[in-house]
Amino acid sequence: MLVIRDLDLFYGDAQALAGVSLVVPQGSITAVIGANGAGKTSLIRTIAGMAKPAGGRILFDGVDITGWPSHKVCNLGLGQVAEGRQIFPNMTVTENLELGAMIPRGRKAAAATLQRVYQTFPRLLERRDQMAGTLSGGEQQMLAIGRCLMGQPRLIMFDEPSLGLSPAMVKEVFAIIQRLHAEGLTVVLVEQNVAVSLKMADHACVLENGHVAIEGSGALLLEDDRVRKAYLGL
Amino acid sequence: MKQSLALLLLLAAFAAAPLVASPYLLSVLVVVLYYAYLGQAWNIMMGFAGQLSLGHTLYVGLGAYASAALFVRFGVPAAIGLWAGVLVAMLAGAAVGSLSFRFGLKGVYFALLTIAFAEFTRILFQHLPGLGGTGGLFLPVAERSGVHLLTLRGSPAMFYYVALAMTAGIFLLCRFLLASPIGYRWRALREDQEAAQALGINIFRSKLAAVTLSAGLTALGGVFFAFYYNALFPDQAFGMPRSIEIILGPIVGGLGTLFGPILGAIILTPLGETITWATEALGFKAAGIKQLFYGLSLLAIIKFLPDGVWPRLKRLLRWDADNDDGDGDEGAAR
Repeated sequence: MLVIRDLDLFYGDAQALAGVSLVVPQGSITAVIGANGAGKTSLIRTIAGMAKPAGGRILFDGVDITGWPSHKVCNLGLGQVAEGRQIFPNMTVTENLELGAMIPRGRKAAAATLQRVYQTFPRLLERRDQMAGTLSGGEQQMLAIGRCLMGQPRLIMFDEPSLGLSPAMVKEVFAIIQRLHAEGLTVVLVEQNVAVSLKMADHACVLENGHVAIEGSGALLLEDDRVRKAYLGL
Repeated sequence: MKQSLALLLLLAAFAAAPLVASPYLLSVLVVVLYYAYLGQAWNIMMGFAGQLSLGHTLYVGLGAYASAALFVRFGVPAAIGLWAGVLVAMLAGAAVGSLSFRFGLKGVYFALLTIAFAEFTRILFQHLPGLGGTGGLFLPVAERSGVHLLTLRGSPAMFYYVALAMTAGIFLLCRFLLASPIGYRWRALREDQEAAQALGINIFRSKLAAVTLSAGLTALGGVFFAFYYNALFPDQAFGMPRSIEIILGPIVGGLGTLFGPILGAIILTPLGETITWATEALGFKAAGIKQLFYGLSLLAIIKFLPDGVWPRLKRLLRWDADNDDGDGDEGAAR
C-alpha cells in the first residue's frame, strides 16, 4: 500500500534519512523502531509531505506522492498522529475533532464520522465541550487519534503514541490501535516501546542513523540478538 | 442573548449619537469607529490567523490613494473607485503573502517584511509626481451637506453613519468568518501551525486568504479616510505610526476577539483626546508630553490586562457561560 524507495532527507548539511526503503502492505501493522535521532519522525514527516526529500520515491497505492504538499497527501487517506499529540489546547474537544475533517475527503461525512468517533471514544463525548488542554494525557491521545480518524484515513502513521502516558493508558492506546487495525486500517507504528510494538507488528524495521539496519517480521526481530541487546536490554 | 442585547444597545447608542453630540464629539466618534473598523480588519490576520502585520497602513494608503486618484484625475465617484482601491490592496496583500509564505517566512520575519513593504511604498509615493508626491493629494469638495453616498460627499453626520455601517458590517462579517470553515482553519493555524499542517489544512492558502481579505477590508477603510479628510500625504498614509495606531486597539481590547477591536477603539481614541485636553488645561507645554502620558496609559493597560480589556470584562459580566452566540472568542491568541 505504501512503498518507500531510497528516501534521502537533509536538514541543511545534516542527513536525516539515507536511502530508506520500506514496504507497508495493506492491512498490516508495520513497526518502525530505533533510537532517538535515528530518523523515525523524519521518515513520518517526509511521507506526510511536511519535509521535502532530496531523493527517493514515495508511492501510496501506486500514486507517486513524493514532494506533494501535506494537504494533498492527507486527502489521499494517509493520516498521521503526530508525536506529542499536537492537539489545540484552547479549542474544545468537538472543535478539535471537526478540524480533522477539514480536508475534502473528510468533509462530506463529517457528522457521521463524528458520531462514530464518539462511539469509539465515549470519554471524548463526555468532554466534548471542554477545552482540549484540560484533558488528561491519555484523553488527549484519544483526541489526537479521533481527530485523525475524522479525515477518513486508510493508513495512519502513529508517532510515539505511548509517549508520556501511564502504563494503564499505554495499554489502552495500544488496544485502540489494534481495534482500528482489526476494522481494516493499515498502521505504521513508530515506537520506543519496542517489545509491545514488535509483538503487535506483522512487519518491522529498525532505523539506525537514517537507514534501515534490520528488517523482518515482528516475531523475527523479537528474536534478533542485535534488537534484543540494543532495544530490549536483554 | 445577553451579548446580542448589549450589542443592539451599543448600536442604538451610536446610532442616536449625532442627535445629541456636538460637532467636535461627532468627529471624535468618527475616529473611534474608523479605528474600530481598521482594528477589526487587522484582527482577521493577527487575531484569527496569527499572522502579525506591522505594516497594515500599506493597505489603508493603497485604498485611499487608488480611490482618490481616480476621483481627482477622472472624476470617478467613490462608490466605483473603492473597488479599485480594494482590488489594488488585495493584490498587494496577495503579493506580500505569497512571497513570504512561499518561502516559509514566519513570525517576526514576516512582520518585518510587512513593515518593509509599507515603507517601500511610502517612499515610492513620495516620488510619484502624478499623485502629488510629498506635497500631497487633495480631493476637491463641492458639497459639505446632504447625503451623496455614491460620491461619498455630504455632511459630517453622513460620514458618521457610513463609518458606523462599516463597523457594524465588518463585525457581522468577522462573526460569520469565525464560525465558518475558514475561521476554524485560521484558529488551528494560529494555535499550532505544525498540527494544522499535519491535519491536511492547506497552510499556504489559508494564510493567503487571511492576508488578502484583511488587506481588501483595510483598503475600504482607506477609501473612507481619503474622502473624509480630503487630503493624502505619503508620510501619513503609509507611515509606521499609522500601522501602530491600527493595531493598538485590538491589542488593548483583546486580540482575536470580536469585541476587542471595538472596545479598544472606544478606550484609546477618547483616551488620546482626554490627555490632549488635560495636558492643555493643566498648562503642560513640554513637547511630547501628550505622547508620554499616552504611552504610560498603554503600559498600564498592558501590564494589568495582558489579554486585553474584553476577556476581563467578559469575566466580570459573567458572560463566559453565555456561549449561545457562538462568537468563538474564547482563547484569544497570546
